Amino acid sequence: MENINNKSVEWHKAIKAIEVPENGGVAVLIEGKQIAIFNFTVKGEWYACQNLCPHKQEMALARGLIGDLNGEPKIACPFHKKSFSLESGACLNDDLCNIDVYPVKIEEDFVYIGL
Amino acid sequence: MKKKLIVVGNGMTAVKFCQKMVEAGLLNQFDLMVIGEEPHYAYDRVHLTDYYTGTDVLDLHLVPIQWYKDNQIEVITHTKVTLIDKHNLTVELEDKSIFKYDTLVLATGSAAFVPPIEGKDKDGVFVYRTIYDLSLIKEYVKGAKKGVVIGGGLLGLEAAKAIMDDGIESTIIERNPWLMGRQLDKQGASFLHKKLGEQGLNIITDTNIARVLGDDKVTGIEFIDGTSIETDIIVISSGIKARDELAIKAGLEVGKFGGILVDEGMQTTYPGIYAIGECALAAGMTWGLVAPCYEMAEVLVERLKGEDRSFLGTDMSTKLKLIGSEVASFGDALGSTPGAIPLVLENRFTQVYKRINISEDGKYLLGGILVGDASDYNTLLQIYKNKIVLPANPESLLSTQSQGGGFSLSVLDLADDAVICSCEGVTKGKICNAIENDGVTTVAGLKKCTKAGTGCGGCVPMVDDLLTAVLKKQGKDVKKVVCEHFAYSRQELFDIVKLEEIKTYPDLLAKKGHGMGCEICKPLVASLLASIWNEPIVKHQQIQDTNDKFLGNIQRGGTYSIVPRIAGGEITPQKLEVIGRIGKKYDLYCKITGGQRIDLFGARVDQLPEIWEELIDEGFESGHAYGKSLRTVKSCVGSTWCRFGLHDSVSFAIQIENRYKGLRSPHKLKGGVSGCVRECAEAKGKDFGIIATDKGWNLYVSGNGGSNPVHAVLLASDIDSDTCIKYLDRFLMFYIKTAAPLTRTSKWLAGLEGGIEYLKDVVINDCLGMAEQFEKEMQFQVDTYKCEWKEVVNNPELRAKFKAFANSDQTDSSIKFVPIRDQKMPTPC
Ligand code: SRM
Ligand SMILES: Cc1cc2nc3c(=O)[nH]c(=O)nc-3n(C[C@H](O)[C@H](O)[C@H](O)COP(=O)(O)OP(=O)(O)OC[C@H]3O[C@@H](n4cnc5c(N)ncnc54)[C@H](O)[C@@H]3O)c2cc1C
Ligand code: SF4
Ligand code: FES
Repeated sequence: MENINNKSVEWHKAIKAIEVPENGGVAVLIEGKQIAIFNFTVKGEWYACQNLCPHKQEMALARGLIGDLNGEPKIACPFHKKSFSLESGACLNDDLCNIDVYPVKIEEDFVYIGL
Repeated sequence: MKKKLIVVGNGMTAVKFCQKMVEAGLLNQFDLMVIGEEPHYAYDRVHLTDYYTGTDVLDLHLVPIQWYKDNQIEVITHTKVTLIDKHNLTVELEDKSIFKYDTLVLATGSAAFVPPIEGKDKDGVFVYRTIYDLSLIKEYVKGAKKGVVIGGGLLGLEAAKAIMDDGIESTIIERNPWLMGRQLDKQGASFLHKKLGEQGLNIITDTNIARVLGDDKVTGIEFIDGTSIETDIIVISSGIKARDELAIKAGLEVGKFGGILVDEGMQTTYPGIYAIGECALAAGMTWGLVAPCYEMAEVLVERLKGEDRSFLGTDMSTKLKLIGSEVASFGDALGSTPGAIPLVLENRFTQVYKRINISEDGKYLLGGILVGDASDYNTLLQIYKNKIVLPANPESLLSTQSQGGGFSLSVLDLADDAVICSCEGVTKGKICNAIENDGVTTVAGLKKCTKAGTGCGGCVPMVDDLLTAVLKKQGKDVKKVVCEHFAYSRQELFDIVKLEEIKTYPDLLAKKGHGMGCEICKPLVASLLASIWNEPIVKHQQIQDTNDKFLGNIQRGGTYSIVPRIAGGEITPQKLEVIGRIGKKYDLYCKITGGQRIDLFGARVDQLPEIWEELIDEGFESGHAYGKSLRTVKSCVGSTWCRFGLHDSVSFAIQIENRYKGLRSPHKLKGGVSGCVRECAEAKGKDFGIIATDKGWNLYVSGNGGSNPVHAVLLASDIDSDTCIKYLDRFLMFYIKTAAPLTRTSKWLAGLEGGIEYLKDVVINDCLGMAEQFEKEMQFQVDTYKCEWKEVVNNPELRAKFKAFANSDQTDSSIKFVPIRDQKMPTPC
């Protein structure tokens, strides 16, 4: 697997951290691209991925439920419950293609996404 | 140097062969190349009909395209192999490219057999074998009203059901005296015939077709007796023939009725060339089901590995996929073994036919037929396959297990080499090993690790039984836990939440669970919190399923639907106008639902609060169409207007709907009230149904529509309205407290020990001493009811969550509509 941290990423200021619900997610628009951001308060971690679910091409992932599979953080699409790892982007219950995941950092109360 | 192995055909057998090669580690000895003539990568032909009903081709792929790449298997699609040069060890493709091989495997499958009927080449005549065939049918059917399927076998019935479900008036034509002649006897077929007939399928048997009528296009079919019927489309499903044309051209020996002749090790009459799957003539016949094909693939891989495995034929038992009636046949279904004794159960009332054939000495089960109820298929199949000695009263095998009677066979009694999943050839031993040694504890885990249950899925109940039995034997607690995050059943969590006064999910997770939760436990806990504390579910937005999160059902394209409550289906003309006005203003698609109310579709998430605000201002409230909660209580017009009405069913329906509105439960709840036995409200198809009698009401419970319809059963008769409500309170609370997640009342009652008699004892005789508490708890629910939408509309903080993007006021530009009959719908993908 490619290590996304080695690529030089461009950080985008997305949203105030408190605007993302605890243990939940929101969709944001960055340069016309729909991105889902998730706040895993239980674990103190943040994740981001494409908002598009590859299953039926629905712009939906931000509206799904977050959680984990054996400790691996994941998002379950609200449409047909396909789950994707927020670490690798791999589909966890099917052979669907991977989704894009993006690095996230919090600086001065703001969420930044690396594209 | 690695040897080159070419597989001709990329169908189900070919891909199974590749998988087994990978598993066997043979890819370091062979370079694998697969050449297939279809444009698609290998897909699940067994579930081809799913493609017709809307499943994506991608979802039917047997392995993802990436899998071939990951394993360095070269694949050529959309190109036919036209020639084998067996002396120079090459194959030539239709694009004239030539490849050299050391080993050649033919997995060319079969083609639909088309009898030489006059006029068979007209437009509108199709076969049913590939995705391409089905895409043609799907397109052509749009312009058709009537359809004919020629051939009343397994496949023909499947095809006929598919086009019938598409709204086409369908007829099956079978040359033989009865349907499914290979699997069923005359009696069994007559049961099936009747059942399918009731569902609207026309069936003509014992007839011969003279020709297809029409100029260029099909318009009908004429029989040899001169009669004819009209049709716009014909699907031929008269059997299959092995695709042996390539083998014939190459001079390999084939059978008199087709099929490439192979020996026990799958080798053709020419060394180095093998044939597997439906194209092969193996152990004296060709094989038209996927299980034997897979076994051939496995045998060949073993042989290539140098092992001595043989294909000697296999069992052809089948349980039919959904065709409108359960049908299964196994072993010697027709009882042709000398001395076989048939035992038959015919129940014209429940429309169940069962036949088992017992060996002459009464010791063994030889085979059998099940029509109308195939729930015992797996057990009977295991008894037959494993030659289990029968009890002294073998007729007990005929009574249904699920009804308590019958001969019960513990899965643990089976031999280790008993095959549980025939599609994948997975034995009991292999499954037990996964549970005992690899620590697998779920059916999903077993599917992943052993592949059992991933084919037709028929064995899944047995796999589940086996899992439970093995875990139990190991002394492990086998209670059904919610998911990996909580080691409790729903009922236990219910008690914990209540006794420990837990009010939030994070609190429960911290105290009683582990990890970060998931899409299974979160909505479940949300439902428990709502059932127990009756707080607005929006308070727990982050653990709700999307429908509950946004208080609307999510639609294709990502918009939501709006269903205001219209209790009992009664609505004033003024209120109708309001809905009309609001629908028009926001350009919403408008439809009367099956639940006697009105659904407005196509609202963007940011529009929801605004629209609801207007509706609430006009006196509407949430209809909870999105929740696992009370939906509707349907009513018939009743005694106020109807000349047969005994009581005022509308008033009673409204009263009940308003009483239980907002009540959260393990699954959705529906009710109905009919004013007399004519039952125009279809109350017996509901979770609770009330029907007027001349003395009061009859209360029925645990009915269900949906995919497994069940009629509600009588709980109490001739009761007055107050008693009826009292019993309903008790019944509903008992259900809410004890049902497993996502279990409708019908499934819950079916699994309730003691069944309806016990339920009567709890509800009417108060055998648990809980009745008063149930009533109190229900009253608390009723008293604390609030319209969820009102809460949101009036709360700016909650309202702010209804937007497409957290960092922008733009709306989602990916949402697009197209017109349909003066309204709109989401753009088809
Ligand atoms: C809108 C409606 C169809 C229509 O246009 O008529 C409908 C629409 C849906 N039904 Fe239904 N059902 C509708 C009446 C029914 C009925 C008829 C009835 O209620 O009399 C049934 C059979 C009766 C029954 O439930 O026993 C019905 C049996 C189902 C089932 C199968 C339930 C089962 O126990 O097998 C599901 C799936 C489920 O709930 O898990 C389902 C699920 C759905 C969902 C919620 C699927 C989903 O999650 O997207 C559909 C939502 C569409 C939407 O976006 O709003 N719908 N559905 C009907 C709404 C009625 C209402 O006013 O609330
Ligand atoms: C609608 C339907 C429902 C079914 N339901 C069931 C069921 O419920 N249970 C069950 O057990 N079985 C069922 N079957 C049968 C099952 O699908 C077959 O047994 C299985 O597909 C056989 O696999 P195969 O690889 O031998 O043949 P196929 O899957 O047909 O694959 C052969 C492939 O080879 C290709 N090919 C042929 N000649 C060439 C050539 N010269 N060059 C390149 N490619 C070539 C073909 O185009 C085809 O793609 C069903 C079949 C259909 C059509
Ligand atoms: S409305 Fe009901 S029956 Fe119709 S497609 Fe949706 S879930 Fe299926
Ligand atoms: S669209 Fe996401 S799971 Fe189907």
